[in-house]
Amino acid sequence: MSDAVLTQEAFLELSGISKRYAGVRALEGVDFACERGKIHAVLGENGAGKSTLIKIIAGVVQPDSGRMRLAGRDVSFATPSAANAARVVCIFQELSLMPDLSVADNISIASPPRRFGLIDARAQRRRAEELLAEIGCEDVNPLMRVRDLPLSRRQIVEIAKALGKKPQLLILDEATSALTSADVEKVYAMLARLKSEGVAILYISHRMHEVEALADRASVFRNGRHIETFDRGRRSTAEIVQLMIGRDIAAQYPAKPARTSVKPMLALDNLSWEGRLDRISLRVGAGEIVGLGGLDGQGQKSLLLALFGVLRGISGRVTVEDREVRPGSPAAAKSAGIALVPEDRKTEGLMLPMSIADNLVVASLDAISTGPLVDRAKESEAVQRAIARLQIKIGAPGDAVSTLSGGNQQKVVLAKWLMTEPRIILLNDPTRGIDVGTKQELYRLMRELADQGAAILFYSTDYDELIGCCDRVAIMYDGRIVRELEGSELTETNIIASALNIDAAAPAGTGAVHA
Amino acid sequence: MLQRRPALGPSMLDDVAIRVRQNVGIVTAVLLFCVLYVLYNLAHPKGFSSAVLVQNGDEIFALAMLAMAQTVPVLASGLDLSVGAVMTMVGCFASYLLTGTAGGTPLHLDLFGLHLFLGTFPGDISGILLGIVVCLAIGALAGFVNGCVVVYGRIQPIIATLATGAVYIGIALFLRPTPGGKIDEDLNWALTNSLGDFAATVHIFDDGAAGWFAPVAWIPVPFVLLVLIALLVWVPFRRSVLGRAVYAVGSAEGAAYMSGLPVDRAKIAAFTLAGFFAGCGGLFLAIQTSSGNADIPQAGAYTLNSIASVVIGGTSLLGGTGSAIGSIFGAMILRVISFFFRIFDIAPLLQPLFEGLILLAAVSIGALGVLRVRNTLELFR
Repeated sequence: MSDAVLTQEAFLELSGISKRYAGVRALEGVDFACERGKIHAVLGENGAGKSTLIKIIAGVVQPDSGRMRLAGRDVSFATPSAANAARVVCIFQELSLMPDLSVADNISIASPPRRFGLIDARAQRRRAEELLAEIGCEDVNPLMRVRDLPLSRRQIVEIAKALGKKPQLLILDEATSALTSADVEKVYAMLARLKSEGVAILYISHRMHEVEALADRASVFRNGRHIETFDRGRRSTAEIVQLMIGRDIAAQYPAKPARTSVKPMLALDNLSWEGRLDRISLRVGAGEIVGLGGLDGQGQKSLLLALFGVLRGISGRVTVEDREVRPGSPAAAKSAGIALVPEDRKTEGLMLPMSIADNLVVASLDAISTGPLVDRAKESEAVQRAIARLQIKIGAPGDAVSTLSGGNQQKVVLAKWLMTEPRIILLNDPTRGIDVGTKQELYRLMRELADQGAAILFYSTDYDELIGCCDRVAIMYDGRIVRELEGSELTETNIIASALNIDAAAPAGTGAVHA
Repeated sequence: MLQRRPALGPSMLDDVAIRVRQNVGIVTAVLLFCVLYVLYNLAHPKGFSSAVLVQNGDEIFALAMLAMAQTVPVLASGLDLSVGAVMTMVGCFASYLLTGTAGGTPLHLDLFGLHLFLGTFPGDISGILLGIVVCLAIGALAGFVNGCVVVYGRIQPIIATLATGAVYIGIALFLRPTPGGKIDEDLNWALTNSLGDFAATVHIFDDGAAGWFAPVAWIPVPFVLLVLIALLVWVPFRRSVLGRAVYAVGSAEGAAYMSGLPVDRAKIAAFTLAGFFAGCGGLFLAIQTSSGNADIPQAGAYTLNSIASVVIGGTSLLGGTGSAIGSIFGAMILRVISFFFRIFDIAPLLQPLFEGLILLAAVSIGALGVLRVRNTLELFR
């Protein structure tokens, strides 16, 4: 088949697709097409309509109007399984795994191999092993329960599950956001192979460098409309960002103040835990943003949890403003002036069915109560202040927090903790799955908080973010801090080299390092 | 291309370790039962004899069935409060259909002052077999109704089965306002004794005297029935797509739906199977007592004990993990405790107290892992 034919015939073609939720426009007259053997990035802020678009393609929701054609035939999918039957497979951002079932069970859940009408456990296991091997993750034992796997491994299982459905059109919605860097490389390789086999791939990611590295073509959405589609290299990153947010942005990261000598607010000495944190010593000064970098799973998250009183059996010393603290619970950490924006905002950060107002005040109920009763006037005042300060876009404070977009949900989490007026703010990958505009607001806010004297410890899987936001970055490897980078040392090459615990003098280039 | 893992060696040990770790609740229940039962037999004057085994088998069977019944909805993260009622109702039906009266049993229906003659239910061997099938079908139908109310009525299982359970008890009371009816004596004798007695009653294997039969003749029939039902009903169900879907629904219903699983059918199947198992229990109880009795307190006690058995057997009330096999052992543990009261001559009124303490202890053992957790966040997952 020649290229000319491929470019003429779109594999998936949407025309005039519109969708409204309770009167709110999610998509309006969208025309969109993607081809076999191409990786097509879909870009846009949260709320731009990307998720609605893929939900329509994957059969989760039905469009109000418009037409969808697959391989030249009109189709409409009433359910996700109908889409799967047409070999349209979506890897959703919200994990679709059953935690109590084994990896093998999960991978073959939709159509398990059968013998005499019953599930053939052995064949199922072989299948899981083969699919995991295809991604290059043979180390996952298919007998393990998904519940017992770390988040990054679960995402791999999710991808294997999708691969098992032999997709013709594969949709990845932030599918790499929870992966370790090493696994991301493996997934890239897998995508390249699928592409060469003629699979059409839709790729949704907020990580611009991923899009640049992978996509053959990109489409930008804004406010439910398709703005522009262009081939790789036709637009600069700055132009793309501008298309996405529809306004100019001066600089992606707020300026860092000149470094002066700072008094340490938070000091760690020889902190160890269960072999996963190894004699960690670190200083974070008032007004400083210190990044935690390195490959995923090197102890960064454990370190934040240890400081927040979640872990038991810690040895070493933690001092806050020269006073030793040893928080035994998040409640104790809170009274010591520590706040944590946790890893998973949907389960650890928020009580999703409760209202925005309830979520905002839940960490600072003491401050707005008289005796055992919550003071309604104080409460609503505090809520209004928080919403205004973080510019959270909401309908009414009484709405369930689950109705908000991901970015605004994260703002609620942060606002909740700012109400406790913390001296030390711990951030666990707070920008995961959040749109560019909100990310920039969060960066600005972090700097503002630091300028007001807070000490911020910021873990991120995004190296750009660490470089742009942090005064100093501590790189962790195997539970230890292997290097602290600051000033002009703070480069992507140095971060990656330290993250892999190799000599910084080694040849640069991100691709080569992982090979 | 694909690296084969070695057939033996560390990876296989890993597999075994993983399986043991995932089934620690069931393993604990089995071990606990073995210890208790050996102790009981040591203390019993006629311990380790067929007679004691037969008696225990009869006492265990109905609760074991109800424990299996309760397990299935619990795996799909729903409680079934009607299992005791279904058991009672099926028992009352059995007391009409399994009489074995020569010439058949006339069936009448007195409703709203009307007196209807429904026909004569045969009393020969084919009639008895038909009666058994009808009774089990009634149990399954009751479960199916539960499932439909839960799925199509969109009512929480605990409320739905509270209501349907009252209805089933009502039917049972209508059938047997006072205890009564009868069960074929041969059927009673054949099913509540040892395999040897069974063979003698139904005239097979030289009336049970065949030489090769002797080594197994001491095994109690209820025990054989239990194993047969577990192997022929539960094990295939667990390995079927529908059974898998039940576990998936209990583990994460949204994810199960998004994976294209038949969520509604799985729930209906779970309740239907529960009804079937409860029907087995009711049928046996009627056969064992040779009568039908709409005993409301007994129905309630069986329901609560079935839940306790499920928990002791290592099944999570949150759904998704566990097995009906574990629940059988849970039921047997509960029953063995009551046996101890008989041989040690403890005041029977203290029995609920001790059962409660054992339940607490069993659940606590299951929760001991909490003390080892070093990341307190894991306690909430």
